[in-house]
Amino acid sequence: MNALLKIEDLHVNVGETEILKGVNLEIRQGEIHALMGPNGSGKSTLAYTLIGHPKYEVTKGRIEIDGVELNEMDPSDRARLGMFLAFQYPVTIPGVKVADFLRLALSNVRNPDRKEGESLISMREFRTELRETMKQLNMDSSFATRYLNEGFSGGEKKRMEILQLALLKPKFALLDETDSGLDSDAVRVVSEGLSKLAGPEMGVLIITHHERLLEYNEPQFTHVMLAGKIVETGDASLAHELHANGYDSIRKRHPEEAAWEEQQQETAAK
Amino acid sequence: MEISEAEFAVTTADGFEAFLDSRNEPEWLQQKRRDAFALYEDYSKKDLDPEEFRRLDLRLFRPNDYRIRSTGDDSSAAGQFNNLMTERGEFAGQVAHIDGKPVQSQVQAELTEKGVIFCSLAEAVENHPELVQKHLLTQAVQPDTDRFSAWHAAFWTGGVFLYVPRNVELTQPLHSLIGLSRSGTADFSHTLVVLEDGARATLLEETSSADANAAGMHMGAIELIVGAGAHLAYVQLQTWNERVFHFAHQCGRVAQDGSLQWTVSALGSKFSHVHQDVMLDGKGANAQVNGVAFATDRQKLSYYTRQAHKAPHTTSDLLYKEVVRDRARMIWRGMIDVDEVAQLTDGYQRNDSLILSRDARVDAIPGLEINADDVRCTHAATAGQVDEEQILYCLSRGISRQEAMHVIVEGFFSQVFDRIPVELVRHTLSQTVQEKLGFGLED
Ligand SMILES: Nc1ncnc2c1ncn2[C@@H]1O[C@H](COP(=O)(O)OP(=O)(O)OP(=O)(O)O)[C@@H](O)[C@H]1O
Ligand SMILES: [Mg+2]
Repeated sequence: MNALLKIEDLHVNVGETEILKGVNLEIRQGEIHALMGPNGSGKSTLAYTLIGHPKYEVTKGRIEIDGVELNEMDPSDRARLGMFLAFQYPVTIPGVKVADFLRLALSNVRNPDRKEGESLISMREFRTELRETMKQLNMDSSFATRYLNEGFSGGEKKRMEILQLALLKPKFALLDETDSGLDSDAVRVVSEGLSKLAGPEMGVLIITHHERLLEYNEPQFTHVMLAGKIVETGDASLAHELHANGYDSIRKRHPEEAAWEEQQQETAAK
Repeated sequence: MEISEAEFAVTTADGFEAFLDSRNEPEWLQQKRRDAFALYEDYSKKDLDPEEFRRLDLRLFRPNDYRIRSTGDDSSAAGQFNNLMTERGEFAGQVAHIDGKPVQSQVQAELTEKGVIFCSLAEAVENHPELVQKHLLTQAVQPDTDRFSAWHAAFWTGGVFLYVPRNVELTQPLHSLIGLSRSGTADFSHTLVVLEDGARATLLEETSSADANAAGMHMGAIELIVGAGAHLAYVQLQTWNERVFHFAHQCGRVAQDGSLQWTVSALGSKFSHVHQDVMLDGKGANAQVNGVAFATDRQKLSYYTRQAHKAPHTTSDLLYKEVVRDRARMIWRGMIDVDEVAQLTDGYQRNDSLILSRDARVDAIPGLEINADDVRCTHAATAGQVDEEQILYCLSRGISRQEAMHVIVEGFFSQVFDRIPVELVRHTLSQTVQEKLGFGLED
């Protein structure tokens, strides 16, 4: 049976401030979901919370995969269970070669029980796999020997995220604005890349402000977040409508959340 | 024949006289030792340089706890030492000392035929006295520098001598091991390298403890004398256990168009205080200095480096990278000195530190003293902490926290590792770093 990622009444604080105010969402392996919403509505917060970023504190509610609760789970264990985030702003790790990093990551995700210091997947096997995956994504093989994200352009960083997604083959992939800050060629490459990877084995949550990624990867569900809640869920046409008309109609239909949003912006301004 | 065990106190006149008697040495050398001991006694009556020792607390160091031993335990061969390069590399020659005593000395016959000498310093005194007399403690390290240099000059025991004649090039590296084995041993080993004009060599030296708990003291000196157009690569991996006090005066001199590539790694010891000087004596001389330091627990490591430009068109490039964790402390004080005549020199120094724990500390103090007007000298120092976002990124890819730490630390060192010419050294360093990361991690 397909794995199920289930998020129930999720409340999340950053410090003293509540950012997510009761999020409900279910994603099955093989489904594509889009998550939209105005700036600051909490989309990245949801993504970070799902992968276990320590700054985001779950105060209420539950995250589970097939009944296994993730709330207290270490980010590394979540990754080994099949959770993956393509970061909106991937960090640079100076001096660490892409290939070395990926081999270590892959060794852990393939053998979830692996302890530190235990043997890695074989070099030959890994090299072949890396080379083929990079070819599939039209990436130059010289990337493998560069230092992770050091001196990478915005587009190269995003492609590096897609490469990791392709290698690690997670059950659930969260893509946080993987299409932003890219020129239209790069958006196409990333979109095509994702469409090759997404399949019956992967549940995908695409966070985006643009349409291109969704054209290549048509979502079965579109969710709209406003002030820390998912206020509406529709199909692909909802995404089109929001692109065309913005969030005003959403705010009108959900005055309570719209008021929270305004309040939040005021406090932020102070 | 039964040799009775003899031990010598290293701070008293009686101890010194008994030590002298036990050495079968030529008069010039014994006299040199006597002069040095007199200097040591003088210096001991005076205070240490307050500026230099302001950050270094020597109260825990009790010289009387350590003895020179005339006979050692030969059974403690290199096998007991952890993670040595010896076991993994191919060398053109190997010399080993344990507790100040030579236990191994060999060099390829073809090198001997070419006039290369690679042996213990004591052997060299016996077989090549004129070479030793000319170079030992005369040009590079000066006995009258301070209390520690004088002390070393009076008592030096073990140590290695490498001599490469004019235009002879060694392709394979040589290896030297200076080991401490029994608790309470004082090691006064001396490394003397002389490359005649146009010669080339690589020497890898390890200082290491056989017993993780044996307290010890190393009062060492290193002299690297590089002739015109000669090239020396010298690496010292310092992996003493955390009960060893390590003091050293180290100095390299480079003649015209010669080059010295010098890598130090400071991973072990309870306390280190090292002076590392490179002197660019001849026009066009060049030195590259690489430092890798990783201090954990309560280790205190202090490195004073000096790049002295004494001739025109000389270049020096120093890069030190240090990681500190727990309550460890690292002190680096770097000086670039440029003499009046040293026009058109290019001196560079850079120090980067990565601080892994709140209670760890680094003091990095760069300095320039320039007396020529047409030079380019620059320095830079950075200090930073491991970014939690970097750790999270690693974790989110299934990497454990400890491995993430290792990845980040190793990445931090990679810039200096990349400058080290010998793969074996990089590999050994990386493994030692990994071992050090393996215990005492926070969280
Ligand atoms: N680490 C943090 N520290 C402080 N405030 C935070 C942090 N993360 C999120 N917030 C706050 O939480 C709110 C939601 O931010 P979030 O980044 O989740 O929004 P978003 O929907 O991803 O927005 P965007 O479309 O601009 O990426 C914002 O008010 C933001 O300032
Ligand atoms: Mg965001």
